Amino acid sequence: MSLLAHPLLASFGGAIEFIFTPQTSNVTGGRKVGGFDEVMELTFNQLELTLFGLAAALIVALPIGLYLGHRGVGETFAVALGNAGRAIPELALIALMAAVVGVGLLPLTIALGVLGIPPILTNTFVGIRQVDQATVNAARGMGMTELEVLRKVEAPLAVPTIFAGIRTATIAIVATAAIGTIAGFTTLGDFIINGSIYGEDGQLAGAIMVALLALTLEGLLALLQRRLTPRGLKLRHT
Amino acid sequence: MASGALIAAVGQVGEGFFKERSSDTLPCQSKPSHLFCFDWARENIDRFGTPTLQHFEMVVVAVVVGFAIAFALALLAHRRRWLQPPLLAATGVLYTIPSLAFFFLLLPITGLGRTTAIVALSAYTLQILYRNTVAGLANVPESVRDAARGMGLTDRQILWKVELPLATPEIVAGLRIATVSTVAIATLAVFIVAGGLGTQIYGGGNLTFPTSIIIAGTIAILMALALDLLILLGQRVLTPWRRAVRA
Repeated sequence: MSLLAHPLLASFGGAIEFIFTPQTSNVTGGRKVGGFDEVMELTFNQLELTLFGLAAALIVALPIGLYLGHRGVGETFAVALGNAGRAIPELALIALMAAVVGVGLLPLTIALGVLGIPPILTNTFVGIRQVDQATVNAARGMGMTELEVLRKVEAPLAVPTIFAGIRTATIAIVATAAIGTIAGFTTLGDFIINGSIYGEDGQLAGAIMVALLALTLEGLLALLQRRLTPRGLKLRHT
Repeated sequence: MASGALIAAVGQVGEGFFKERSSDTLPCQSKPSHLFCFDWARENIDRFGTPTLQHFEMVVVAVVVGFAIAFALALLAHRRRWLQPPLLAATGVLYTIPSLAFFFLLLPITGLGRTTAIVALSAYTLQILYRNTVAGLANVPESVRDAARGMGLTDRQILWKVELPLATPEIVAGLRIATVSTVAIATLAVFIVAGGLGTQIYGGGNLTFPTSIIIAGTIAILMALALDLLILLGQRVLTPWRRAVRA
């Protein structure tokens, strides 16, 4: 048997074809599905939703985490929130949001924000808290204001920990954004979840695109983290 | 979304569970604004029995398989340091790929159903379990290792009698994170027709309705909490010396 005829390769071949050329679907009355334009549109939608959710999470979680970490209060709250956040079933959150608040971009942004807040808040708190108190006192002794201490000393030193939280949040948000399609905002998940319309090629194509999108975002965040980490910290890691 | 479609979906979801029902016996139908319908919950709580058991089984099998693989990889990487960066990167990729996508990437290989769900969920847990085990082993102080060597312990004895017990808190911390996350993510198994609590949230191509979603979500959260406590309890049994310190 020729290797090219292997059913596995045929599946992936079909999926690649779906990404680049529109296919005839047997349930949409001859309407073509898939193809580069539709795949790109849904990729863009998913990226948009992911960035909205991440922005919502950052806007809420970063200031609270920085404040609590700097003041050194609310440790129980910050840690418990991080633990509780992991237990939220994504599907139930999205479904409840759609059923109670409504469908579309705004409710989904809120749901994804809720999902992203715990890891970012907890890691920001822990990262700031971990900064050596002697370093902080030295900064104060140099005449820095509290805001300067936070901005110039604590935050840079906490970059690796804060970014670990942001990356965890991003992975959860981009994954859940795929499910956003059941709450009325069409993302790449539509190819996967509505398999009856797009067929198995479409499902696999959607899965490939979602995986690539998540890996790309993760890679970009890793690069950004490197740019933002103070050089001294990088040296210590090697 | 039309409420008619919602109610139709509720009818379909119930199929195959313990009781026979006709859709016209559904209470609270006239008041879709009700967030939580106690009448329906009382009447239909048995629908959640089978999905809960399926969910539990899926999570336990996935975490056990994930732990076995991650543990073996971590022991290997502990001995051969050069393996650590590539293994961390590889498990990182598996962790980053969203589970929903992972299910369908596996579809041509393992098909629809539980196997696919378990493989993808196990793959997801690897990174957390592997990283924590490696870190736990690495954090054992060199002086402790030296003392063990001085007492005449072999490398194998040092690993099992000194390093692993001391690394237990970190390994268990990883296990707790992995288990709790997996309980939440296993709700997505509904999309690969692997059953579980997700069937009570999204069924027959539609969202079910708030009461059902709330019950299923609550069961998932309680299951995560219960497993978390169970693992914590296990750790207390495994590390009696930590209790002695606290007392």
